Amino acid sequence: MANETPRTSVQTTGHVWDGDLQEYNNPLPAWWIYGFYITVAFAVIYWIIYPSWPFGKGFLPGVNSITYVNAEGKEESWHWNTRAKLLKETQDAAAIQKPYYDKIASLSYEQISKDPELSSFVLSAGKAIFSDNCAPCHQAGGQGKIGHFPNLTDDDWLYGGSFDKIHESILKGRRGYMPPFAEALEPAQIDALAHYVLSLSGQKAEPAKAAEGNKLFHSQTAACYYCHGDDAKGRPIIGSANLTDKVWLWADVPGARDDAARVAAVRQVIANGLNRGVMPAWEGRLKPEQIKLLTVYVHELGGGK
Amino acid sequence: MFKFKHENLETNAGILLVATMLAISIGGLVEIAPLFMIDSTMEKVDGVRPYTPLEQRGRDIYIREGCYTCHSQMIRPFRDEQLRYGHYSLASESKYDHPFQWGSKRTGPDLARVGGKYSNEWHVQHLIKPTSVVPESVMPNYPWLLTTPLNYADIGDRMRALRITGVPYSANAEEYQRNVAQFGEAVAKTLHIPDAQKNLVAQAQEGNYDGDRTNVTEMDALVAYLQVLGTMVDFRQYKPEDLVKYR
Ligand code: HEC
Ligand code: HEC
Ligand code: HEC
Repeated sequence: MANETPRTSVQTTGHVWDGDLQEYNNPLPAWWIYGFYITVAFAVIYWIIYPSWPFGKGFLPGVNSITYVNAEGKEESWHWNTRAKLLKETQDAAAIQKPYYDKIASLSYEQISKDPELSSFVLSAGKAIFSDNCAPCHQAGGQGKIGHFPNLTDDDWLYGGSFDKIHESILKGRRGYMPPFAEALEPAQIDALAHYVLSLSGQKAEPAKAAEGNKLFHSQTAACYYCHGDDAKGRPIIGSANLTDKVWLWADVPGARDDAARVAAVRQVIANGLNRGVMPAWEGRLKPEQIKLLTVYVHELGGGK
Repeated sequence: MFKFKHENLETNAGILLVATMLAISIGGLVEIAPLFMIDSTMEKVDGVRPYTPLEQRGRDIYIREGCYTCHSQMIRPFRDEQLRYGHYSLASESKYDHPFQWGSKRTGPDLARVGGKYSNEWHVQHLIKPTSVVPESVMPNYPWLLTTPLNYADIGDRMRALRITGVPYSANAEEYQRNVAQFGEAVAKTLHIPDAQKNLVAQAQEGNYDGDRTNVTEMDALVAYLQVLGTMVDFRQYKPEDLVKYR
């Protein structure tokens, strides 16, 4: 048995290992061969339909085409490509949303927020746009972050909470500026001002220092009143903060451990000034109707006026 | 006469090797080489310019820190991408990128058009500690960028190296004039290699990217780079169908 070479009716490659190991030389199975021919045929059909072979300075565009609407509002066709397909899909999707966006464009802000169907559209579409563009700063719910980005859900606004003012904030961006006072004022004066500012919102402050701060605030030396107003309620035109409420953006008063830390937080703002409040402009990045929609969305976050 | 049989290939290692290489290179020859010949590969759009010295150093830091392992810089022409990231990327927008940062790994969002989307202050805060502004972020902290002074002693050499690859930085008066003609005077000045260090410092001070004008840190360079990404072409100048016709 051991020395007998196995006899087979099929062709082998001719090699023999270990005296009896051989390799068949079978043709490929028919299903495989035909499968291969089908893929070749598929490729040829693909070349005819879609852009394919390069030649010279161009390429075969294929017979398939896509029809979209051009900038003049006329229908126009171009050979199939992903950019044309995207343009078409964008236009189709816009057509579906058009009734909503048309309404948003034509109605006043108040009308939009009162229309139940529209306001649920504003809520869902606005949430998506807000998450992609605004949430990294104002946070997912619009609650902001002390020391960096204002809260958009409360009724305290730097630049005003009316539809028009919110729209302006988003469209053109905002940039708050307050000069540093570390050089213009003595440390004791800054200390006094900090006590005064805290007293404005009913925080604990030393009365004597607060009284001196009061005088300084309204004096030509410090001239805080010039930007924050005589009543210290801020001037929306320049986004100077209202100092009489309990809402803080830059001085982390709510997060401070004790009275001393609260004073230190306010002193720091007065001494170093503020130049960090930069809200980017969205004109150009977002479409006008998206900005209008966002305006209503932000207004309805809770604090719109 | 020699009759071709598959067996000849399979039983001859040398021929098999050559034939395999031929078969594989067809992919490259057919798909890549024609792009250099086809007229419409590069969209003819205005505004694309080489990076300034500061931006270029920022780009080097971007690569050094491996930001590309999580971020792509290529907005594909799909609707979901366009809605989230903005206009799809054009080939000509990365014509001065060597190497380009297109990528396909997206642990984080695409950055091709992140320029102007956020403030410098946000970028600084985000790079020092991403979770401080995006609580759910998995991006690592890069606090050393703010404290490490930028090494720009070799910026001239870096620009000269890029010049060899075809980036039009100017090394002499004649090339400078060519750049003035192509990019305008303001841009041409920033591309002049002999002034590179001076320009780099001036841009860092003027831009105040890291919030401190007194020094030039790696943060200055990286934020300057991030803020220019995708901002060079003004898409309002072009009708959508114009760009469709380049493909
Ligand atoms: C880079 C961070 C950043 C992004 C992104 C951002 N904002 Fe702002 N936003 C700010 C800062 C900072 C301020 C405060 C500006 C100041 O201090 O002067 C602000 C202010 C505002 C205000 C005015 C608030 C007030 O009290 O008057 C509104 C409204 C607003 N943002 C809405 C938005 C919307 C909507 C988006 C998304 C399209 C957005 N922001 C994206 C940082 C940002
Ligand atoms: C040039 C105008 C200007 C002057 C002068 C000015 N401020 Fe301000 N101040 C602002 C602006 C604008 C903001 C808000 C900045 C922002 O949001 O980006 C602000 C914010 C503040 C804040 C932070 C409030 C918060 O919510 O954390 C305090 C405190 C403050 N100012 C106190 C003062 C005091 C005290 C003085 C006088 C020494 C003063 N400011 C002078 C414009 C000014
Ligand atoms: C481990 C993966 C990872 C690495 C490495 C990484 N990132 Fe990120 N990045 C993310 C994720 C996830 C997000 C989304 C969450 C967030 O905003 O933090 C993100 C967001 C960002 C954004 C905001 C994009 C937008 O449109 O909101 C910027 C800018 C950014 N990264 C820059 C960088 C830079 C610069 C580096 C290198 C120094 C870097 N990233 C490295 C994962 C990463």
